[in-house]
Amino acid sequence: MEIARPTDLAGVLDALDADPAATLLAGGTDLMVEVTYGGRRPASVVALRRVDELATWEGRTIGSGVTWARIEHGPVRALAQAARTVGSPQIRSAGTIGGNLGTASPAGDGLPFLAAVDASVVLASTAGRRTLRWDEFLTGPKQNALQPGEVIVGVELPEHLPERQEFAKIGARNAMVISVASACLVREAGGATRIALGSVGPTPVRARRAEEMISAEPSPSPAAVAEFGRLVAEEVSPITDHRSTAEYRRHASGVLARRLLERCL
Amino acid sequence: MIRLTVNGIEHTAEPAGAESLLATLRDRLGLAGSKDACEQGECGSCSVIMDGELVCSCLVMAADADGSEITTVEGLAPAGELHPVQRALVEAHGVQCGYCTPGFAVAAAHLFEREPSPSADDIKEALSGNICRCTGYGAILRALTGLAGEEP
Repeated sequence: MEIARPTDLAGVLDALDADPAATLLAGGTDLMVEVTYGGRRPASVVALRRVDELATWEGRTIGSGVTWARIEHGPVRALAQAARTVGSPQIRSAGTIGGNLGTASPAGDGLPFLAAVDASVVLASTAGRRTLRWDEFLTGPKQNALQPGEVIVGVELPEHLPERQEFAKIGARNAMVISVASACLVREAGGATRIALGSVGPTPVRARRAEEMISAEPSPSPAAVAEFGRLVAEEVSPITDHRSTAEYRRHASGVLARRLLERCL
Repeated sequence: MIRLTVNGIEHTAEPAGAESLLATLRDRLGLAGSKDACEQGECGSCSVIMDGELVCSCLVMAADADGSEITTVEGLAPAGELHPVQRALVEAHGVQCGYCTPGFAVAAAHLFEREPSPSADDIKEALSGNICRCTGYGAILRALTGLAGEEP
């Protein structure tokens, strides 16, 4: 196995230009499980953790190499809440937000927040940079729009983030758990609301009919909150797998939606 | 060829392909204190401190650990001595089968290094990535809350 350990972004791009099919390695918390259990044998690896430019968080641009441990103590409330639910302290000190995007698991804990705020993903190669909205980048379960020779540089948050924002996740227990369902809700003081859910569809799911309904309610009644939960449960498209059933995930989506909305009122 | 500083001693090693740091430590450097259990980051029994961060060595690609400083359970205290967290675990009987103990000791030592008097909640949070399948958590928590001067 060949490994390149560049120390700056130019070095990463050069390494990928020379070997576009190289496997990108950030924290390793997903890749090493594939190596150990999935029989994955990368012929060549480009390791990213020495690249300071990727581990930089400046304002609304979060570098792909920023770890969950940093995000957990960062200034963005719902993203910090999501970060705290990622794995364990050991996983959070290694795993990165770029890794969540690269793996593109439907259960990626950071993804519902990115979907709820309509974040963008910045990619780079020797040919230049391009910026894709989250739903252009995440194309399916464990599928994304990253092309050979490209690296995820980071995430761009919108200029304005609603102050009211909440994330919650359901799993078999509190610590060290992969989500059965998760959700992130953001709400403006005037009522405009967005909600994205994880683990209940091939990519994060925005419940747009529910958003439209509740955004028109500046101070929702209990009946409106219940209707919001019902609509969200209708809009998700969960499957049954070894972690849970489609029925439970649909039910849980409605409960999470109501709960997060109540916390934002 | 990679260079590692493990417990203050410089080593070189030749990891095979994408093998984990855990495999390199155990099979090439003879440091079998870090335990090999789940090999997927779920159990924490392979926990080491790498460049100041607590990580699962089963999830670190050894080839990418080149140049790093590692502390394993063998390096928590000088030979023949115990780290305070190890002594606390012994005194409070915080060990049953012992397989998870090195990981708990490393995670606890990492916590106490940053926070000499953690609360019971801090301790639970810091150990949330370590599993004891004997379910000996009560004694482990009593050992460490005692060390912190806290009531469990």
